[in-house]
Amino acid sequence: MPLLEVKNLAASYGALTVLQNVNLSIEKGEVVSLIGSSGSGKSTLLRVLMGLLKPNAGEVRIDGEKVDYGSRSSLKSIRDRMAIVFQQYNLFQNMDVLKNVTIAPVEIKKRPRADVEREAKAILDRVGLSAKLKSYPDQLSGGQQQRVAIARALTLRPEILLLDEVTAALDPELVNEVLDTVRELAAEGITMLIVSHEMGFVREVSTRVVMMDKGQIVESGTPKEIFENPREPRTSAFVSKILRH
Amino acid sequence: MNYTLQYSVVLQQLPYLLGGALVTLQVAFLSFWLGAVIGLFGAVGKLKGNRLIRGLINAYVVFFTNTPALVQIFFLFYALPDVGILLDPMTAVVIGMTVNTGAYLTEILRGGILSVRRAEIETAEVLGMSHLQSLRYVILPHIAKTLFAPLSNFFVWLVLGSSMAAVFGVEELTGRAINISTANLRTIETFSVVALIYIALTVIASAALALVGRWCFRVTARIF
Amino acid sequence: MFDRLIEEAPRFFTYYNMIFVLQAMGTTLLLTAAGCITGFIFGFIIAAIRATRDPLLKPLRFLVIVYVEIFRRIPFLVTLFIVMFAVQIVSRNVSLFAIAVLSICMLSTAFLSEVIRAGMESVPRLQIEAAETLNFGFWRTQFRVVLPQAWKVIIPPAFAFMVMFIKDTSLASQMGVIELTFTGKSLMNRGFSPFLVYGVVLAGYFVMSYPLSRLGAYLEKRLASA
Repeated sequence: MPLLEVKNLAASYGALTVLQNVNLSIEKGEVVSLIGSSGSGKSTLLRVLMGLLKPNAGEVRIDGEKVDYGSRSSLKSIRDRMAIVFQQYNLFQNMDVLKNVTIAPVEIKKRPRADVEREAKAILDRVGLSAKLKSYPDQLSGGQQQRVAIARALTLRPEILLLDEVTAALDPELVNEVLDTVRELAAEGITMLIVSHEMGFVREVSTRVVMMDKGQIVESGTPKEIFENPREPRTSAFVSKILRH
Repeated sequence: MNYTLQYSVVLQQLPYLLGGALVTLQVAFLSFWLGAVIGLFGAVGKLKGNRLIRGLINAYVVFFTNTPALVQIFFLFYALPDVGILLDPMTAVVIGMTVNTGAYLTEILRGGILSVRRAEIETAEVLGMSHLQSLRYVILPHIAKTLFAPLSNFFVWLVLGSSMAAVFGVEELTGRAINISTANLRTIETFSVVALIYIALTVIASAALALVGRWCFRVTARIF
Repeated sequence: MFDRLIEEAPRFFTYYNMIFVLQAMGTTLLLTAAGCITGFIFGFIIAAIRATRDPLLKPLRFLVIVYVEIFRRIPFLVTLFIVMFAVQIVSRNVSLFAIAVLSICMLSTAFLSEVIRAGMESVPRLQIEAAETLNFGFWRTQFRVVLPQAWKVIIPPAFAFMVMFIKDTSLASQMGVIELTFTGKSLMNRGFSPFLVYGVVLAGYFVMSYPLSRLGAYLEKRLASA
């Protein structure tokens, strides 16, 4: 049984259809990357999965269990099992790094504070931020903030980690420090669904690549298939345009 | 708790009340424009004047914005006769509210002038417009944009504030409401109708000002 | 005129008269404080209700908007009259002071809710979404994420409104509440010169309002640079 299964999913902002007939399944341990031009619905798919935008049709199953986005308890449970890292980091500006990382496990998941803090410090150490525990987000660089955001998501021990263009808002010289962190996570076998424009990185870490266009999935396959032998003309057009840079 | 609301007696008096609303608007208009003149002098004086002038204007603004207009008018009304100045209630109220408005508008207009200076410098540097061009395309729209919302809010506030004229016996909207309710003893009905008239007045005033702003200055102002 | 004032002054500035004035100032401050505290609490609740998105709460959102718009659009004097007579229908034994407190609370709730709402809207929507994906509930999001970031925007205008409430309470004198303005009137009725009496009353209001104005202006600068 796939860990995450999406069937015929559709969503819209008002009258504008942004996702239609999306089918996708992710096995445990897979790293799936969504590619496609901006406005193709990649980020929207992640927002729908996290319950930030209600789907109009279709269904989402996690571990075979159907998610009801209209029900509060079902929403709560899917947000327990999946965590998202945003393009703009979205760290809480009024909390220091450690608080940002520990608040949800301690206050929402009711885990013992000492345990959570130990785990959080270990994770922050791994992303290279053990010296910044008491810093506030506005005292950190974009790359550092994004690594804190990843640490915040990891401390929740999610079954699936969603990464929404995590390097898009960063200065070029800061991109790699964040990508390195994600590479390590991939190597550890954490299940991830990634939206990214960094094609080299996508090709390297993904077990599977999914091409989206106009709110629909065009094709999916291994990185080699998508980047070297795309079946769909839309994919080859996109890939050749991107790789030419 | 056996009270039945009876609105008919109040509704018979509607024309009388609406006449009062007209007086209310007159008081607000008069205080607004006279106060705007004071405010303009105050703002320019505070920006261009010497230390003494700035100090005096500051004292004026600080005093009038930190004491109730009601008590200021009491002072005018009861204390000035001692030095031989006798004011009728309407004059006392308009003078009091004008002086008050002047203090507030000094600050508001000063903010507007200050913000224009910045915009003027910026465009002069960036675009190299002529003086007249920058006045037409930058400065005037800029003044309108920064000052329109605070000024129209202030006018609404004056419409409401003018109700204190009733305390001195001026027969504006609230004054007439007091007259009616002492005669018919239907205070709640009378004052709820009057409240509705005030709401209508201020909504119409905000809406009219917002439309003027939109048409003349392309400012999108919120009515609510 | 001045010789009259000088002659009258020792009779006016007696210990008992000054206690009388100070007590009246206390009442004015008490009215304002009650208004501010209630205004902050209920203003926050109203602002929070207006921040909800649940379609089921739409009627409630509509009601609080109507409340806010009504009380921001009728003169405080009219509010005082309506509250006074409405309360007296229910019970004849409610003190004038209580009626004035109720009126000022209704006014302050309406105005402060707008200030608080503007502050809450200044917090980026993305912060709220992040809290949502972490399973923060509505109130936890408000108290842990929104308010701690919004208060910098809320505090400076709130001080301006506190000064406004101090000044508005002077209208309660017309209902017979013995606060500073009423005390001025009764001192005048005892034959003191209005120059002296209203001079002192104005000074009393100034002493209460000016520090608040200055503090508000100071915090505005401080918080803007922080």
